[in-house]
Order: sequence, then structure tokens, then C-alpha cells
Amino acid sequence: MSAVKGYFHNIWLALSTVAIGMKITFKHLFVPAVTVQYPDVKMKLPDRARNRLYVNIDDCIGCDQCAMACPVDCITIETVKSTPDQDLGTTSTGHKKRLHVSVFDIDIAKCCYCALCVYPCPTECIVMTDVYEFSEFDRKNLIYNYSIMTPHEIDAAREKLKKAEEEAAAKKAAAAAAKAAPAPSAQTLAAPMTGGAVGTPTKTEGSNAAQSPKPTTPAPDSSGQTGNS
Amino acid sequence: MDALDNLGVWGSVLVALVWSALPVVFILLYALVTLYMEMKVAAHMQDRLAYMRTGWHGTLQPFADILKLLQKEDTISQAADKKLFILAPYVVFIGTYAAFSAIPFSSIYIGSNIDLGAFFVVAVSSLVVVGILMGGWASNNKWSIFGAMRSAAQMVSYEIPTALAILIAVMITGSLNLQEVTKFQEGGIHNWLIFGGPLPLTQKLLLIPFTLVTFLILFIASLAEVNRTPFDLPEAESELVQGFNTEYSGMRFAMFYLAEYANMFLVSGVAVALFLGGWSSPFGSFLSGPVWGLFWFIGKGMVLVFLQIWIRWTLPRLRVDQLMYISWKVLTPFMFACIFGVGLILVL
Repeated sequence: MSAVKGYFHNIWLALSTVAIGMKITFKHLFVPAVTVQYPDVKMKLPDRARNRLYVNIDDCIGCDQCAMACPVDCITIETVKSTPDQDLGTTSTGHKKRLHVSVFDIDIAKCCYCALCVYPCPTECIVMTDVYEFSEFDRKNLIYNYSIMTPHEIDAAREKLKKAEEEAAAKKAAAAAAKAAPAPSAQTLAAPMTGGAVGTPTKTEGSNAAQSPKPTTPAPDSSGQTGNS
Repeated sequence: MDALDNLGVWGSVLVALVWSALPVVFILLYALVTLYMEMKVAAHMQDRLAYMRTGWHGTLQPFADILKLLQKEDTISQAADKKLFILAPYVVFIGTYAAFSAIPFSSIYIGSNIDLGAFFVVAVSSLVVVGILMGGWASNNKWSIFGAMRSAAQMVSYEIPTALAILIAVMITGSLNLQEVTKFQEGGIHNWLIFGGPLPLTQKLLLIPFTLVTFLILFIASLAEVNRTPFDLPEAESELVQGFNTEYSGMRFAMFYLAEYANMFLVSGVAVALFLGGWSSPFGSFLSGPVWGLFWFIGKGMVLVFLQIWIRWTLPRLRVDQLMYISWKVLTPFMFACIFGVGLILVL
């Protein structure tokens, strides 16, 4: 008896549950779709969304802190010291700019979007934007050159620095010579001292020459047509 | 039909060709609409939008799909039995198309007004099983042969409740001619066989539970006949890739596809002609006539097709043993009970 009962109960169960399911799907036929028509309609990103990096090069003081913070080393910064007679102005945060930023490259293909470079920046010039459509056919185009200095300007700055350094060295040497005139071995002592004071630019100069012809800078909201194409 | 006699031999051949080509035109147009409908219904039932980029709300997508299928390379695997492989899609489509010839689209249009209409439809649509088995075997592929064998087992099993359900309609109307069956039900929604047909009131009231159950069983069995979810084991894309048509591509695949969609309308058409009044208007003589008849027939058929799509996007697939259980232990006994009941009522 219970088997017969079970048989009819099963049939009833099947039909009633199918009806319940069909009721649900029919209701959903009239529920507005959740689809976002992506290329036409874009969802608003959260305020702290991390996407493409942007560098406001006018505010950059070339301190290299972002490059040091980067865990994947995708930021390359090279600088040329300014000479005392040059005024590079101040940033919008009031910092005085002392260095020419001759190279500021971000290889966005390497970038892991951790935003660790954003926090140390003293002038808040490197920021995460909400731009996420920047695919390229050529991987080279993903290296963004933010420096606005032309090769000519870089050379000029370097020349000027060199001249200033030579002048300073000469002055120092002269002063030292004047100071220790009786001792003839003083000049040889002064030379390593000057070399230690302006030692860093000589190191950067070599790599500068290799990477200098990269003049373009991407706009913060452009569709990604950047690079040295 | 009198006009046909004055046309001469070639004239009547031409008329016969046009007459017989009409269902193909219908099938092609219907397949376009149903392709679109299926995807849209599927998407909206899942709170999505489906095609939106090809034309207004993706209305051109079916044309794009067909164009794609036309352009595709026609591949035949080396180990396949080439003759059978090539023949199979045609057999499937011919089986479906031949069955359309006995479907009364309107009071003036029926491909062939034969007295064995209902029987012919059941018999000739069995050719589809042969075609599917042929395709699955010729593909020389384990998925294909599994799908084909499942399909054969399933379709043979479910033909029994289907045939028995058709028998009920035949018992009440006393005719196998689908045009006659439709004419029997003329005069409004209350005369449809699903509501007992135009019989004396007591008989009618007694028949209604039986005919309702019969229609339900016919619908369920026809779902299995056309391999639609929840009975889509022959295709079972999650287990068998695509079942019997795994190895097919391009136009041959399109033939299977077209036949499947045509089959959906075929079983709906049979159900409509037998139980839902065919081309007769649900309002008696209001909005009736040959053209309105076509509208009503296709309209009713499309409602059933929509029901099939609706069920597809609601229910998961059955297991093989459950499938056989439903056919042999539920539908067939119920149909025998219905035949017994209806016979008793009609005799009394």
C-alpha cells in the first residue's frame, strides 16, 4: 500500500515542484536584466580603485621614493641636478624642485597595481586613476614616458651641470690652493673630495644616454595612445 | 482544388512544387524567430539581455548565425563512414519535413489531406530516429554513438505514450485525418478536445479529466521525442559534448539544428491539431477564416514552443533511469488508464 502511495506521491511531487520552478523562471522573465552594456555604459568605479598610474610631472621632485617602493621595479627615474642659478619652481604642495627629471618611465605591463608607490610620494604627484582600458598591440607601448624634457633639454641641463661642477671644483681647488699654498700636495688631496660630493650624476649619465630619446607623455585620461610609436 | 484541373500537366506540377515548398518556407522563417526567441527567453529568465549589438536588440543575430554556419568548413573525419555521415542530416530533416505534410495549417492549407494523417505523422517522424542513429554511428566517435543510442532508446520509449495519447483524440473524434479532427473541434474554445470536445454535456464533463491528463502526457512525451530539456540526454552537452552531432559542422550541423527546431513545431502542431482546436478560432466564428486559421494555428503552436523553451530554462536534465521510469512506469500506465476511461465513457 505504501508503495502505491509513494508512487502517486512521487508523481504529485514531480508535477508540483516543476510548477514551482516554472513560476520562478516566469517571474524572472520580467525582472529587469542586471547586464551592464559595457562599452556603451560603464560602471562607476569605487573611489579607491587602482588602475592606471598617472604622474603629474610638474609636481615631481625626482626623489625616487616611488621607484624604491615599487615591488616589481616598474618605475625608472633619472634625474639631473639643477645648478644653483636655476630656479625650477615649486610644486603645488610647496616643495622646492631641485632636480631635472630627465627620465620618468613606468612599465605598466609590469605594474601590479599595489599602489605602494602612491603613499611615499611627498608631493602626491603619482596617483592611481580609474582608467582601465589601455591594451596595446605592442608591448613597448605599455612603457609610459612621463618626463616632459626633450633630449636636447636634458643634454643642455647636463652640460650646464657639468660646467657648474667644473667651476665649483675649480673654485674649490683654487680656495684650497690659496688656503694651503705652502703645501704643494694639497691639490691632489682636494680632487677625491669633489668627486665624492658630485659623485652620483656621473653614474646616471651613462644610462641616461642609452634611454634618452623618449619624449612623449601620456595624458591622464587618454585612451592609451602613448609611447614612442 | 477545382482550379488545379485546368492547369495541364506542367502547371499542376508547378503548383504541387509550390504547394509542397510552403512548409519549408514556414520552417525557415519559424527557425529564425525561434532561434531568437530561445536566446532571448533564456537570457531574460536568467536576468540577462542576450544579443544587443546586432541590429535593434540583436534582431539580426539569427541571420548572422546562419551566415556563419553557411561559411563554415564542412569537415568529415577520416574514420567516419562517409556515405552514412553525409546522408544522416538529410534523413533527419526529411523525416521532419515529411511529417509536416499532414499538418493542417489552415482550413485551406494542408500539404496532403490524407485519411491516415495522425498515423502518418507518428510513423514518418520515426525516420528521425534512424537519421540520428545513422549520424551517431557514422561519426565513429564515442560521444556520438552514446548520444545516438540514448536518442534511439528515448524516442522509441516515448513514442508509445505519444501514440496512445494520439489514440485518445482519434477515439473521441473517430478520424485519423488531422483536418477532420480540427473540424470536429470548431466552434470555440469549449469545443476543443482538451476540454472534452463537442459532446453531450455529461459525457464532456466526464471526459475533461482524461483529456487534460492526456494532453499533459502528450506534451511531456513530445518533449522527449524532440530531445528537449529535461529529456535532452542525446545531446547532453555537459556529458556527451553534443551527442550525435558532435562531429558535424557547417551546413550539415545546421540541418540537424533546423530539423530539431522544426520538430519542436511539429509536435506542437500535432498537439494543437489534436487537442487545442487546430486552426479553429477560440471565439467560435469570430476571427475565423482561412487566414485567421493560419494565424491561430501558428499562434497556438508558438505558445507550445514557448512552453518548451520555458521548461528548458527551468528544469535540469534527467538521468537515464529516471527517463525510462517516467516513460514506462508513469506515462504509459496512465495512458492505458485514460484509454480505458475514455473508451468506457464513449461506449456508455
